[in-house]
Amino acid sequence: MQGPIVELSDVSISFAGVKALEGVDFACHAGTTHAILGENGAGKSTLIKTISGVLKPDTGSIAVNGREVRFAGPAEAADAGIVCMFQELSLIPDLSVADNISLQRPPRHMGLIDRRAQIARAEALLARVRCEDVDPRAMVRDLSLSRRQMVEVAKALGRDPKVLILDEATSALTQKDVETIYGLLDELRADGVCSLFISHRMHEVEALCDRLSVFRNGRHVETFGKGERSDAEIVRLMIGRDVTAKFPPKPAPKEREPVIRLEELRWENRLNGVSLSLGKGEILGIGGLDGQGQKELLLALFGVLKGVEGKVTVGEGDGLAASPHAAKTGRNRIALIPEDRKTEGLMLSLSIADNIVAAALDKVSGRGVLDQARLDAAIAEGMERLQIKAGSTEDAVKTLSGGNQQKVVLAKWLMIAPDVILMNDPTRGIDVGTKQEIFRMMRALADEGKSILFYSSDYAELIGCSDRVIVLYDGRVVSELTGEAITEEAIVAASLNIQGEMA
Amino acid sequence: MTRWIGQNRGFAAALALFLALYLSYHLMHPRGFSTAVLVQNSNELVAIGFVAMAQTVPVLLGGLDLSVGAIMTLAACVASWLLDGTPLQIAFGMIATLAVGTAFGLLNGLIVVYGRLQPIIATLATGAIAIGLALLIRPNPGGNVDGDLNWALTNSVFDFAETYGIGQDGEATWLAPFVNIPLPLILLFGMACLVWLPFKRTVTGRTIYAIGSAEGAAFASGLPINRARIAAFTLAGFFAACGGLYLAIQTSTGNADVVQAGAYTLNSIAAVVLGGTALLGGTGGVIASILGAMILRAVSFYFRILDIDPLLQPLIEGIVLLAAVSAVAFRTFRVKNQLELFR
Repeated sequence: MQGPIVELSDVSISFAGVKALEGVDFACHAGTTHAILGENGAGKSTLIKTISGVLKPDTGSIAVNGREVRFAGPAEAADAGIVCMFQELSLIPDLSVADNISLQRPPRHMGLIDRRAQIARAEALLARVRCEDVDPRAMVRDLSLSRRQMVEVAKALGRDPKVLILDEATSALTQKDVETIYGLLDELRADGVCSLFISHRMHEVEALCDRLSVFRNGRHVETFGKGERSDAEIVRLMIGRDVTAKFPPKPAPKEREPVIRLEELRWENRLNGVSLSLGKGEILGIGGLDGQGQKELLLALFGVLKGVEGKVTVGEGDGLAASPHAAKTGRNRIALIPEDRKTEGLMLSLSIADNIVAAALDKVSGRGVLDQARLDAAIAEGMERLQIKAGSTEDAVKTLSGGNQQKVVLAKWLMIAPDVILMNDPTRGIDVGTKQEIFRMMRALADEGKSILFYSSDYAELIGCSDRVIVLYDGRVVSELTGEAITEEAIVAASLNIQGEMA
Repeated sequence: MTRWIGQNRGFAAALALFLALYLSYHLMHPRGFSTAVLVQNSNELVAIGFVAMAQTVPVLLGGLDLSVGAIMTLAACVASWLLDGTPLQIAFGMIATLAVGTAFGLLNGLIVVYGRLQPIIATLATGAIAIGLALLIRPNPGGNVDGDLNWALTNSVFDFAETYGIGQDGEATWLAPFVNIPLPLILLFGMACLVWLPFKRTVTGRTIYAIGSAEGAAFASGLPINRARIAAFTLAGFFAACGGLYLAIQTSTGNADVVQAGAYTLNSIAAVVLGGTALLGGTGGVIASILGAMILRAVSFYFRILDIDPLLQPLIEGIVLLAAVSAVAFRTFRVKNQLELFR
């Protein structure tokens, strides 16, 4: 094997005294797909930010092709062939797809950006990621999250990477797109590109990667080839302890008193007559391909959408909430764990404490004035209940790792003591350990009598967590599965709406 | 076309509003439509039009520039000393005036980028400095501007051609289709087309939009953020100086009027909003802001032909402005997913 394309020697970085990376030696080679694994706050994000020039190491050095480099910013790293697809998308919502794809180095004609050439270039790159359906002239803000992510892939490819970093690149993608990405990574490997791949989905890592590196607490634990370690061993390396069951045990199926009943719910062209009932103490999973109305269903129940038609019964005959405020203060309190925690779930620059109490300020105040003692008690309870790991509750929530941020979102909504919890992909971009904590928490809440309506893009989660699964297709429920019938085959078949032919 | 309207709703709404206002103004005008009225209206548009253009660029970044009115005033005071003499001297005077404003804008940009100050507070301070300098240059209103220049630039194309003996004193056939166009309009839109449209198609120009839309993403994509910020404020200074230069030519004087400078700054913000540029940045453009300025002016024209107590003018203008901004913001009523209001 030739020398490594990127090599880090003894790199350390700390933020406000907390070591994010400590004495890391790491190398990756051309023509490999290299997975980086680790729990929350293990240093994965810091590592890739360092390699891609966003962060500068406090000590240690980085060499590219054997030559030491010091990047002043992401632009210089990109010039050196290191291109990163960030987990937080790096697209500009108010610019067109074509503008975004050629953002840094647009084709020019007499010094000015050549729009026609730019569109042709975008079309070629979109075709390469099999997204011919995306119009290069459309605004990025009008695209769905999964399309945006594919545009991000096209943008990264257009920069002719030598090292391509994919941070949770498949987290919002549909199954078809994921396969496209698999194909692309194979092509890139054949072209001698090194892909650094961060994912929390083990089966992806197994399918794609030649080498794996495990990080824990800011240290590089071990790097090994595919097949040299079993799954159980890898998980142990990541979290430093044994993990027995991934999902908590489910109770036996039983009749439940309904808390929410929907009949023929319709909205725009996204919901085309959804009927379902959610029982008390039940975890109802929503499956289906991306964009079949799952998100709209949750938003409608939370009072975000206007012009919803159909019959809705909440609890003892209440109707649909008119606004999020009405949803959370109604007789049956409803909470929504949103899809995007960074914009809808959290106020990133406010403190952890402020975020935890944000939805339940009425509970910690008397006559409109906040009561410090009740505030402190509530915050302490939230931190304790979800075991949020943080230096101080006064730290800005943006300083936390993704998993801990999601816990803050959960703590915030549990503070209102909701009867119904709507969850929109609550484990997106979260490490295995925190995922398991969230699953346990969900089951515990259900056992207390709360009802949970839960959308996940990961079939394994639906199978492992739900008492019942409904599958949406084109804004309608096409299948309902209970108990033993919840299998991957059944969900996939229903998602593609092919069960008629299968039966 | 449908796509264009979909992506430029604010602009389309502003255009419709302006056409409605301006056409009914002419219908109600006692003497009907005439070139003289058009020329006069255009003259009143230019200074606020340029200042609105100036304001647009920092707003696209997501900032406000409170110094544009002051830079315009400073430029006008500089110009009132320099626009006389031989053609060469006048040309030099124009360039010097524009250079002063541009330099002031550059200063704003450098302070915002390297001083790491919020644009709104940095430009509040530099605006006061600009007014201070203007008062030093022109303690009392006055000035000397070449009479031909004043006449040629504030009338129709025909008068311009006649003054400078172009196209057989304006009688040439090739000039015939254009003779009735007011020259101020040509100056305003010409500057927008010659400077802004090409600039928008540079990487720096696009970076301005990117910063206003998603600054973190712009940085992560390796765009030249500092350069774009400095360029935005510099361009604002340049456009403001264009406004000041025209104001000096139009009035033949320089007047370091503090109140007027402040009014221009605030009206420029109103014009930007009316044109459909988002105050949070990222969407909109300079041409739209000229349209916004045209709406503002069209409203004030009504006071001339309708018999309204002048004391009521600010009150009525305020109400109309509020209504107009609401009309442009009409989209919020049609949003079905309320979360989109916060994006």
